[in-house]
Amino acid sequence: MTQSAFTSGVSAGRLSPEDLDANFSDLHAPLDDHTAAVAADRCYFCHDAPCTTACPTDIDIPLFIREISTGMPEAAAKTIFSQNIMGGMCARVCPTETLCEEVCVREVAEGKPVIIGQLQRYATDKLIAKGGHPFARANETGKSVAVVGAGPAGLSCAHRLAMLGHTVTVFDSRAKAGGLNEYGIASYKSTGGFAQAEVAWLLSIGGITVENGTKADLDALQKNFDAVFLGMGLGGVNALRAAGEDLENVTDAVDFIADLRQADDLSKLPIGRRVVVIGGGMTAVDAAVQSKLLGAQEVVMAYRRGKEAMSASEYEQELAASKGVHLVYNAAPVRILGDGAVAGVEFAYTQTVDGKLEQTGETFTVQADQVFKAIGQTLLGAPEGLVIEGGKITVGDTGQTSLAGVWAGGDCASGGDDLTVTAVAEGRDAAEDIHASLMR
Amino acid sequence: MADLSSNFIGIKSPNPFWLASAPPTDKEYNVRRAFEAGWGGVVWKTLGSEGPPVVNVNGPRYGAIWGADRRLLGLNNIELITDRPLEINLQEMKSVKRDYPDRALIASIMVPCEEEAWRAILPLVEETGADGIELNFGCPHGMAERGMGAAVGQVPEYIEMVTRWCKQYTRMPVIVKLTPNITDIRKPAEAAMRGGADAVSLINTINSITSVDLDNWAPEPSIDGKGAHGGYCGPAVKPIALNMVAEIARSAETANLPISGIGGVTNWRDAAEFMALGAGNVQVCTAVMTYGFKIVQEMIDGLSEWMDSKGISSIDEVVGRAVLNTVDWKDLNLNYIAKAAIDQDLCISCGRCYAACEDTSHQAIAMSEDRVFTVKDEECVACNLCVNVCPVEGCISMNPLAVGETDLRTGKEVVAEHGDWTTHPNNPSCLLA
Repeated sequence: MTQSAFTSGVSAGRLSPEDLDANFSDLHAPLDDHTAAVAADRCYFCHDAPCTTACPTDIDIPLFIREISTGMPEAAAKTIFSQNIMGGMCARVCPTETLCEEVCVREVAEGKPVIIGQLQRYATDKLIAKGGHPFARANETGKSVAVVGAGPAGLSCAHRLAMLGHTVTVFDSRAKAGGLNEYGIASYKSTGGFAQAEVAWLLSIGGITVENGTKADLDALQKNFDAVFLGMGLGGVNALRAAGEDLENVTDAVDFIADLRQADDLSKLPIGRRVVVIGGGMTAVDAAVQSKLLGAQEVVMAYRRGKEAMSASEYEQELAASKGVHLVYNAAPVRILGDGAVAGVEFAYTQTVDGKLEQTGETFTVQADQVFKAIGQTLLGAPEGLVIEGGKITVGDTGQTSLAGVWAGGDCASGGDDLTVTAVAEGRDAAEDIHASLMR
Repeated sequence: MADLSSNFIGIKSPNPFWLASAPPTDKEYNVRRAFEAGWGGVVWKTLGSEGPPVVNVNGPRYGAIWGADRRLLGLNNIELITDRPLEINLQEMKSVKRDYPDRALIASIMVPCEEEAWRAILPLVEETGADGIELNFGCPHGMAERGMGAAVGQVPEYIEMVTRWCKQYTRMPVIVKLTPNITDIRKPAEAAMRGGADAVSLINTINSITSVDLDNWAPEPSIDGKGAHGGYCGPAVKPIALNMVAEIARSAETANLPISGIGGVTNWRDAAEFMALGAGNVQVCTAVMTYGFKIVQEMIDGLSEWMDSKGISSIDEVVGRAVLNTVDWKDLNLNYIAKAAIDQDLCISCGRCYAACEDTSHQAIAMSEDRVFTVKDEECVACNLCVNVCPVEGCISMNPLAVGETDLRTGKEVVAEHGDWTTHPNNPSCLLA
């Protein structure tokens, strides 16, 4: 190997293939039967359980854990999938530490929750590995629905519609279905091609056609289908609006993450010796951690507000720190430095005064060969005629937009956090509402 | 420091912990290891008559049930009495007793229900220097099919007869080991006493099938696709054994009959409980088969520490101490009123008390929207179910009402007098009282 962590600039092959394999393996190794049984035994089977209340998809968590404890992971998986058809991916990517596991009574009492996420993965992996599909379609209704976007919201909606007997066509602009599950999740959370395997398994219910690489036109869809669901996510990226943003090796973190997910050979993926990630969300953490795992010598993740305001959870921040990412709070980028290619970033320290963020006047510079921007995504190319507020399509409780016959859910729509699990819930609920409306 | 030495029907041992007649005591090798580990006594694996020894199955002899982390809770076995020649066992017993004169060595015996068979074996055993004999009237499988073991133990007349033979043909103390596979444990104990037994030991194992192989439709453990019932032992049987020991200890007829307590004794506390209910010493098997002989050190240390903390200096002060407090239901004080109370600082809001009480009991626990659980005194009967299902030790307690307080459930004032069923107005048998 000719390159190393000390090679300056942006370069591929900083680590040996073995180290890369180890770095990008499963964040949590799958539970074996005995470990799962012991972990399941810790569940108290709470009455009206707080974990279920905290789950955006309302999975009956005590029930599925009890089913694991009695040696029936397949029954557990059906309990999960009946509420959340992407329970397999959610088990991997959900910030359980801020959802079910945060309110687990054993977390509250002992600081050691039942490992709900890992148990969910144990159960869902077992059922998917067994092959076949746990749900059957209802009789054909003769109704057709168009779904825009094959991400968690769109696929969840499509699956529920197909189950209810409708015929669904999913349109997606990318080459593969899965949305952020395929292009936007950190590699070590979805190893072994799970995203595509899950999509194939989900589609095996039948009644769903996916058309990749297509741009959908809402007017045409409304004409050709009985209903439309929009789940196209957030296609745009916020600009830094700082000088030097156009310098070479200053890119969007979402593109880096997508490239990484699609790379056949990580040793061919270039990464800077010194990387700066700007932002405080999950995308920033995923980009920063994976930069480190690819062999970057120094990775700084800078966020303009304080630690408590960061949208990445405490757990994710700790994960980043444990992988060697240097987290810097209250640092706003002032300008990107460099001549041709980026050489550094100048930051200003910030503080919050009377609820307003302001710069203290003090600045500092961080050396950088590569800068990833992760300061939020924006809705791009929303069809005309829809009411949009705060950069999101305005929807009602079950996803109805301002246009009759058009529903929306997931990151592109208002309501709920921008989480996989929330998108799945919104897609499912919109499907039920579409069904009720079509069968009226 | 408490004195743990034990004198059970004249048999002395440095502590009250004996190994029960079972696989751990089948050979000199094992027994020497047990004595080295610190066991006070050993009941040698049951001897049969001279001649060709019994044979055992060549497949699994044990079945078990476990907790989630494979903690062994109950063990079932279909092993028979010793399958080694009588002479070998006797030679080994003699050798061990010679080298460990301070330890108790008891011979367990099971021969056919014929006077001649017993008369033949007793002198051979006596010659080993054994401190006593234990009559195996308890083994519930295999040997029982041949008219021995539990087949004798289930017929009080046979127990009396064989015990009498033994008392007649040996000077050694006779302990009669009882089977729990019977409706009233006092009857065989009384029979043993009539026959002249020096003591009884109980319980032997309980008829059991631990599980069923649902793929092969056969009970487990399975031998070539078939299963036979075995004898159940281990922590799971302790409550049954404790009750049977207490039944004998508190019965007027058998109150003075010494008892060797057996059944799920796993640690010092179990031993102390058996002794408090009337056992003069305890015998252990499953615990050593699970963890090895070394556990006796924990038992010695724990019992000693506990006795010191209670100011108890000898085993005799423990034996039978809880017997007087073990009564019939009819003698329980119905004027004693308690109410559950939930410690809100300890409560973790799991809601198990609520589910248990609301679904299956007295609807005496209220749940608020923000998951605060409180006891409704006007409904609570103090049944203790909430305490038992609560995962947090000490979170729910049962607090007795003081005399003069009003029970909100009945509207009645708590009185100081004892009032039980024998004098209760609802009892049809005490109308005249």
